[in-house]
Amino acid sequence: MDIIQTVKAGTLESGDILITISPHDSELIIELETPVESLYGEKIKQEILDFLSSLEITKGVIKAIDKGALEYTVLARMETAINRACLEEFE
Amino acid sequence: MTDRLRRTRLYVPGNNPSMVQNASVFGADSIILDLEDSIPVSEKDAARILVRNALQFLDFSNTEVTVRVNDSSTPFLGDDLFEIIPAKPDAIIIPKVESLKELKKLDIQVTIIEKENDMEVGSIKFMPIIETAIGVVNIEEIASGPRVTVISPGGEDLTADLGIERTKEGAELSYIQSRMVVAAAAAKIQIIDTVFVDVNDIDGLIQSTKKAISMGFHGKSCIHPIQIKPIHEAFLPSPEKIAQAKKIVEAYEKATRDGTGAITVDGRMIDVPVVIRSQRLLERARAGGVDV
Amino acid sequence: MKNAIDREIPDEVKGRKLRPFQGNDGYLPEDRFIPATRMRAHSSSFVRQKKKVLSSLKEALVKVGLKDGMTLSFHHHFRGGDNLMNHAFEIIQKMGVKDLTVNASSVQPVHSPLIPLMESKVITNIEGGANGAPGEAISRGKLDGLLTVRSHGGRARAIDSGDSHIDIAIIGAPTADFMGNLNGTNGRYACGPLGYAWPDARMADNVIAVTNELVSFPNYPVSIPMTLVDWVVHTDVPIGDPKGIVSGTTRITKDPMRLKIASTVIDVLDSAGIIKEGLTFQSGAGGISLASSYFLMEEMLKKKIKGSWAMGGSTAALVDMLDRGLFDYLLDVQAFDVTAVNSLRNNPRHIEIGASCYASPFNAACAVNLLDTIVLGATEVDLNFNANTVTESDGRILHGIGGHQDTSSGAELSILAFPLIRGRVSVVVDNVTTVVTPGESIDVVVTERGVAVNPSSKHFDEITNNKRLNIKSMEELKNEALKLTGPRKPIRFKDNIVGVIENRDGTVLDVIYELAD
Repeated sequence: MDIIQTVKAGTLESGDILITISPHDSELIIELETPVESLYGEKIKQEILDFLSSLEITKGVIKAIDKGALEYTVLARMETAINRACLEEFE
Repeated sequence: MTDRLRRTRLYVPGNNPSMVQNASVFGADSIILDLEDSIPVSEKDAARILVRNALQFLDFSNTEVTVRVNDSSTPFLGDDLFEIIPAKPDAIIIPKVESLKELKKLDIQVTIIEKENDMEVGSIKFMPIIETAIGVVNIEEIASGPRVTVISPGGEDLTADLGIERTKEGAELSYIQSRMVVAAAAAKIQIIDTVFVDVNDIDGLIQSTKKAISMGFHGKSCIHPIQIKPIHEAFLPSPEKIAQAKKIVEAYEKATRDGTGAITVDGRMIDVPVVIRSQRLLERARAGGVDV
Repeated sequence: MKNAIDREIPDEVKGRKLRPFQGNDGYLPEDRFIPATRMRAHSSSFVRQKKKVLSSLKEALVKVGLKDGMTLSFHHHFRGGDNLMNHAFEIIQKMGVKDLTVNASSVQPVHSPLIPLMESKVITNIEGGANGAPGEAISRGKLDGLLTVRSHGGRARAIDSGDSHIDIAIIGAPTADFMGNLNGTNGRYACGPLGYAWPDARMADNVIAVTNELVSFPNYPVSIPMTLVDWVVHTDVPIGDPKGIVSGTTRITKDPMRLKIASTVIDVLDSAGIIKEGLTFQSGAGGISLASSYFLMEEMLKKKIKGSWAMGGSTAALVDMLDRGLFDYLLDVQAFDVTAVNSLRNNPRHIEIGASCYASPFNAACAVNLLDTIVLGATEVDLNFNANTVTESDGRILHGIGGHQDTSSGAELSILAFPLIRGRVSVVVDNVTTVVTPGESIDVVVTERGVAVNPSSKHFDEITNNKRLNIKSMEELKNEALKLTGPRKPIRFKDNIVGVIENRDGTVLDVIYELAD
C-alpha cells in the first residue's frame, strides 16, 4: 500500500493519540512525542512499525503525539490514518 | 443471556478511548459502545475501528457489551456490521427499527458474517430501539423478530416523530411504554427504558426509574455514569419484600424436595409465577449487594 | 544494610551516617531532652527605637553573619506564588556565599531559578522536599550533596530535635508589626496559617521575617510571636503573588471516574465503621480526596452524624462542613483557597496549628495520631502496599511527601485512592521505585477497578465482607493494569545517590539514585 496524501486520525485528548501521516519518496520516518517516553516510547514506536510492516508500507512520514494511549488505541488510530491516507477519494 | 440482569445500560461514545476502556468500571450491568448519534459523520470510520479493537483487546469482565450501530438508512451500517460482528459483542443495538422485514434482512447479513468467521450462527443478539410511530405500531412483530432479546423506546426521537414535547415527568410516553411492555412480555424478552436526559437531576431520575419499574421495565439506559447508582438503588427491593420473597422461594424449594404439590406461605397459596417473580426479586437484591 | 522493608540502605552517604528504617515505632530516641534554642537577647532600647526593622533582606543577612556552609530555612505557605526564596538567593548569590543548605518545607516549581545555583554550588544540600523542575534537576545529579526528603511531621521532628540545625530562618509574613509579631491571614499576600514555619521560628539561630505590609502593634491575631523574631525586613519587593498563593475556590472534580473512586472510598469507610458520631478526619485538596469530603458530608447529613474535628490543608469543602456544624473544630496547618483563609481569619473554631503539633512523631502528642481516617494519593503502590509519592514511575523526583507518612501512620484507617492507570502507566507495581510510606501504614487501596485491603489491617474482615465492594488483591490489580498497559521498560540509574527518604522518625526508608537516561 502507498501513502498518497496527508491525513490525521485520533485526538489530543487524554488516553488518545493523534497520528499524522504524509507521503515520502524513499524513507519511513516515525516521530513520536509522548509523556511516557522512557517507559513506553520504544514500545509505541514498535507497535506503529509492526502495523506498517504488516501492510508492507515502507515509505511515509508518521508523526504521533501520544496522550497515554493503550496499544489498541495506537493500532486503531494507525489503521484509521492508513485507510484515509491510502484512499484516493478521501477528503 | 436473555434473562440476565439489565438494570442499567450505559451509553459510551465509541470514539473516546479513555471512556471506552473505562466503560465497565462504573458498575453498569450493560454498556453500549456507540457508533451512532455521538459520532460525527467524519469520524464514523475512526470510531468503528476503535470499538472493534476495544472489543478484541479489552476485558469487560461480567459486563454485557453491546454496540449501537448506525441505522439502515445510512451508508454506515454495512461497514459497521462487517467490522463489529467478528469482534463478538454480546449484541448490537439497532436504532430506528420500524418493521420485522428490516430485522430479517439484518439477520441474513449477520448470519453471513458469523459463518464467514466461524462463529455460532445466532450468537450475536439484536436489541432494537423504537424511535418512530411506525415502529410502535409494528412493535409486536419487532419484539418477536430474529435474535431480539431486548427492545427499548427512544424518548427523544419518538416525541419528535409524534410532534410533541418531551417532559421530565414523561406522561406523553406512557401509552407507548405500556404498549411496548406488553409486546415484550408477550415475546418473552426484556424491555429497557429510554434515558433520563437531565444528568444533574438525580431526584427526577429516581422518579423516572420508579415509574419505569412499576410499568414493567427491566432496566433503564444511562447517558452518564453518575446515573448508575441511583438507578440501582431504585431497583433495590424493600427489606420487607426481600424477606417475603425469601420465604416463598424457600417454601418452593422445600416443596420441590419433598415432592409436595401445593405451597402456602403465611396462609396464601403460592403458584409458580409468584415463585419466579420472587426469584427475580432476590436476584435484583443480590446484585444490589444485599446478602440473601 | 537491608532495612525493615528490604531496601538496601548504605551505612553512610556523602559523609552522612544513615539509620535504617526499623518499622513504624521501631525507633525512639533515648535522649528525652530537646536541645536549647540560641538565646536571642536584644536590648530594650534596640526594640523601642524600632531597630528590629530593616529595609532590605541583604542588610538582615549581613547582620546575622551569613557565611559559607550555613543552613537557611523557608516555608512554602505561598506555594506556587512564592517569590521570597528566589529573591533571597538573588541576593545571596551576589554576596558570593556558597555551599549552603536549603531547608524548606517544600521547594516548588516556581523555585526553578535555584537550579543554576545548584550547579554553581551556591546550594549543595536541600532538606524537605522538591517538586517539579528543581526535583527533576536533582534526579539528574545537579545537586552536589543530598536531597533529604522529609514529611511535614518528619521535618518538624528533625528541627525540634536538633537533627537539622537551622542557622537562619527566613520567614515570609503577609503582615508583621515592628516588634515582629507575624500573621498570615491578613494583607494582600494572605496565605492562612504559617504553621510550617513554627518549628523554624523556635529553633533557628537567627530569625528574619520578611513582609510587604508593616502594620501597627500588636499584629493580632499572632501566628509567630515577636519573642522569636530577630529582624523584620519591610521591603517593596513582593514576597508573593496572590494568584499562586491561593486558588479561587477549589472545585469538586467532574471526572466520573474520580467521582466513582471517591464514592467507593465512602463505602469502604462505612464498612469499616468509621462514619460514626465524633468522627475525625483529614482531607487534602486533590480531586479524589476533595470529592470524598463532599460525599462524606452527604453521608454524615443522611445519617445525622456529627464529627468532632477535621484537619486541613483546609479547603472550601472543609470550611463548608465546619460552617454546617458537621465538625466542632477545624485544625489547620495550611490553607489552599480564599474561603479557607477567610474562615481562619473569622471563625474562632478554625484553629491554626504548627507543624510539630500537626504531625511530629517525637513530642508528647500530635494531631495525626487521633485521625480516624485519611484519603491519600500516590504515584506508585506495590504488592506490599509500600507507597511512593516522591518519584514518578520514570524515576524523576517530582513531588514531596507532604503529610503522607504522618497521617497514614497516625490514622485508624488509611486509604490510598487513585485511578489504576495514569496515561499508559500503572500505579500498582511489583516494587515501587522509591518507598516513601511503608506498607504497614496503609490499610486500603481504592481504584476504579477494585479495592485491595492490606491483610495486616485490623479492618480487613469488615471491609472484605462487604459484598458491594469489588474486592481484589494487589496482585490482581497489578495484573489487570499490566494487561492494559503492556510491560514497560525498566528505568536505569547510575550509582550516585542523590536523595534520602527519611521516615518521620528520621530512620531511612530508601535512597534515590541519579537517572542514567
